[in-house]
Amino acid sequence: MAYYPGCALEGTGHAYNQSTKVVGSALGLELDEVKDWNCCGAMEVKNVDPKLQTYLSSRVMSIAANEMGAGVVMAPCNGCYHNLKKAEHDLAHDAPSREVVERISKKAGHATYRAGQVETIHALDWLKDGVGEDELRRRVRNSLKGLKVANYYGCMYTRPRHIFPEKDRGPGSESTSQPHFMDDLLAAAGAQNVDFPLKTACCGGAHTLSDSDTSTRLVLNILRAAEAAGAEVIATECPTCHSGLEMHQVRAEKKLGEKTRVKMLYFTQLLGIALGISPRKLGVHENVSDGMEVMQKFL
Amino acid sequence: MRQQLLAQAESVLEEWVKARGEAPTTETSEGFRLLALHRQGARGVPSFNACRETCREIAYHCNLLGLEQEQSIRKHRETMLAMLVEHLKLFVRGKLEVEGLGEFCCSSRPLRNETETERTHG
Repeated sequence: MAYYPGCALEGTGHAYNQSTKVVGSALGLELDEVKDWNCCGAMEVKNVDPKLQTYLSSRVMSIAANEMGAGVVMAPCNGCYHNLKKAEHDLAHDAPSREVVERISKKAGHATYRAGQVETIHALDWLKDGVGEDELRRRVRNSLKGLKVANYYGCMYTRPRHIFPEKDRGPGSESTSQPHFMDDLLAAAGAQNVDFPLKTACCGGAHTLSDSDTSTRLVLNILRAAEAAGAEVIATECPTCHSGLEMHQVRAEKKLGEKTRVKMLYFTQLLGIALGISPRKLGVHENVSDGMEVMQKFL
Repeated sequence: MRQQLLAQAESVLEEWVKARGEAPTTETSEGFRLLALHRQGARGVPSFNACRETCREIAYHCNLLGLEQEQSIRKHRETMLAMLVEHLKLFVRGKLEVEGLGEFCCSSRPLRNETETERTHG
């Protein structure tokens, strides 16, 4: 399995990178990092030049397929996952995109990626398909029983629907309107998932710098809704969502005087604690939001 | 309460549609004018689909409230419905205040047909 951590997991999302690897290792899932990977283009490049972004994402998939012989690329970041899926869709359906990617790949001196060479999956798919709830339940040492969790999937994991053809395929598949893979995994670890209707709501993440106040208000509403739903913790599966929720929680208190108490933890950190892995190895101390306050009772 | 909140959500989308120079639809979709308004508001603006699920959750919670008799559960549902409507309001307000907000986000469209890359590398 080729592993594409992406830029955020080497920076603000370092704890997500660390906890993903540690949990994978504990569950016997191997990851082989894509060699010499590049940025997928994040949200910025497609604003300037969408086909350049398609190329950037295609290069990652090309290395995985043509240099590593991988059939699957796992991207734990929603932005990377979204961009690789979008590139896959564009290359399968848009001839001008294929031509641009072909030209730049030749200039760059690497094999051109062809649609269908790899399948891109998210860390949620990786654990759900690679381990599954039954096996996870068997491996749990510290049940998260009693922990009330709101699962926040953010936007890029499910939107736009047309780039995720494997979703909305009925029982067993992920849903774009009511995603549940994270809920399923955390329930297997003993957690109690609360009914949280804002699980895919916009947090304003893409304009967090250009229009910070809008982002802060959107995040504050998400945090309040999670608390109103009874959650002690918001589980995240994206470094951008995670840092956005954490930073705007702080900003909401400073700028608007609105304090919320709910804590943010990556779902891999929660699973790791349930598997008996120490919080330090999972990078819990790196979170801005102090999750230890809530998690202490599960250690 | 349910009808009040639904009316608030509809009025938010009406403002968005009017700001685009159109008359808000009076039709319904799946029994909700809110969903028809969202469809109208998203026509030609893919980024507006970022609030599609919020609108659908509002409709869902309205349906749940119509069925629920237990007072404590009704109260909880109403709280959630109010927060969903608030989220829709914040989202649409941001888009009305800042032109192009979210155009390069989750539900975006390519902004240019002939790209810089095609011109440079063509």
